[in-house]
Amino acid sequence: MLDIFDILGPVMVGPSSSHTAGAVRIGRMARTLLGQEPVQAEIGLYGSFAETGEGHGTDRALVAGLLGLKPDDMEIPHSFQLAQERGLRFSFYTARLREAHPNTAVLTVEDQNGIRLEMQAASTGGGRIRVEKLNGVEVSFTGIFNTLILRHQDIAGEIANVTRELADAGINIANMNLCRDRRGGDALTVIETDQKIPPAARIRIERLPGIRRITYYEKED
Amino acid sequence: MALDSMREIFEQSRERNRPFWQVVLDTDVEERQVTAEESFEKMRATWRAMLESVASYEGGRRSVSGLVGGDGARMRAYAETGSALSGSYLQEVIATALCVGESNACMRKIVAAPTAGACGVLPAVLVPLYRTGDAEEDAVIQALYVSAGIGAVIGHRASIAGASGGCQAEIGSASAMASGALTALRGGSAEQIGHAAAMALKNLMGLICDPVAGLVEVPCVKRNVIGAVNAVSCADMALAGITSRIPVDEVIECMGDVGRRMPMEFRETALGGLAATPFGQNVKEKMKHHP
Repeated sequence: MLDIFDILGPVMVGPSSSHTAGAVRIGRMARTLLGQEPVQAEIGLYGSFAETGEGHGTDRALVAGLLGLKPDDMEIPHSFQLAQERGLRFSFYTARLREAHPNTAVLTVEDQNGIRLEMQAASTGGGRIRVEKLNGVEVSFTGIFNTLILRHQDIAGEIANVTRELADAGINIANMNLCRDRRGGDALTVIETDQKIPPAARIRIERLPGIRRITYYEKED
Repeated sequence: MALDSMREIFEQSRERNRPFWQVVLDTDVEERQVTAEESFEKMRATWRAMLESVASYEGGRRSVSGLVGGDGARMRAYAETGSALSGSYLQEVIATALCVGESNACMRKIVAAPTAGACGVLPAVLVPLYRTGDAEEDAVIQALYVSAGIGAVIGHRASIAGASGGCQAEIGSASAMASGALTALRGGSAEQIGHAAAMALKNLMGLICDPVAGLVEVPCVKRNVIGAVNAVSCADMALAGITSRIPVDEVIECMGDVGRRMPMEFRETALGGLAATPFGQNVKEKMKHHP
């Protein structure tokens, strides 16, 4: 069912829940998944985001999210200036995609160590979002759950090890999705949980053999 | 339970002898695994943000296109002359709807209810009652649970997004939510809340989403006024004992169906309706060159 605070909410800076609040959340998601302060961002706008994005402040909202602002932050309209102060360089282009949601953004972000992340996400209405691609791999998660993203080796028992750690920490899995590029290669697992995953459990998971990288997104309160 | 139909809420309310708002609160407690107090305080914070969205209005602000701003102040000034056709409550409802809708267009902080485009409707009917002392804060918060329950059912059975259901899904839904909230606030039964919501939704059925230049400005701001005023009249009808002949769940399903059959030109694409008028096209052209 719908969260009643998605019906009465979010508390947000206008003018559009999909083009403004959703855009802030997309920016925040990219920042979180990068794991570090972004210093560079190329932002592709598609569909209605490209058509009416400027009038709705979609551009400023995406940059605000990249800076870690929340949808109700009154600094959103001034995010371009804030980005300059904080050393985030950004540019926009019109993205050409095939069969994407009409409110879609593609963000290529980079931290100061040159680590890059490419994320494609859609704003699906009422401020809700869905991440659809991560570094070229198709995914599907929304940020309405606590979300653990694992890059790991494609080996037998890997998921069992991870879920055992979660079970031991009393954490229930709401949704789960696993993709790999080829047998024995790299795999990407997205696990959405009802409870927050405490740092200790995340460290134990990170230390499991075969785990290359873990990223964690904690849902907004 | 989930908030899947109004009938389900009526039944829960009857079987467990709980008012409508409490059935919605119980569901939130179960769904998000929080205490009743935590849920209630979150709703209080939502209400306070709504109050703030009204209080922070300034008539001098203008939207990006320059088309929106100042009308809330204009309406209030006119009301003060004492010559308004509507009474003291209704004229403040109109002014408040304009103020919050304009603030949204000017990138100020609002509460999406259920969307940003329709954010003026609920504060418009509730804040004036609260400010004159005709409604206590806790009673208003309970009324907000009622509105959230109605919105959740509409979101589940139909839609609350203009892109999928037209303006009837945004302003229509907000109006149904506000009408139910007012009915609850005035002591109406769960069934009366249902009738108020049904009537409000029926009255705005078929309303298209046709924003000029794709912006949440024209005609969105003023449609918040019709949503609010319609909510008041439907709540009054329900409290007078007038019923919706068509059951509320059927009305909601029907709104969803009308939305699905609506041509895409009338669903937020800014390709039809008022957006396609010569004036609307002109604004769109101007925005392209000087956004």
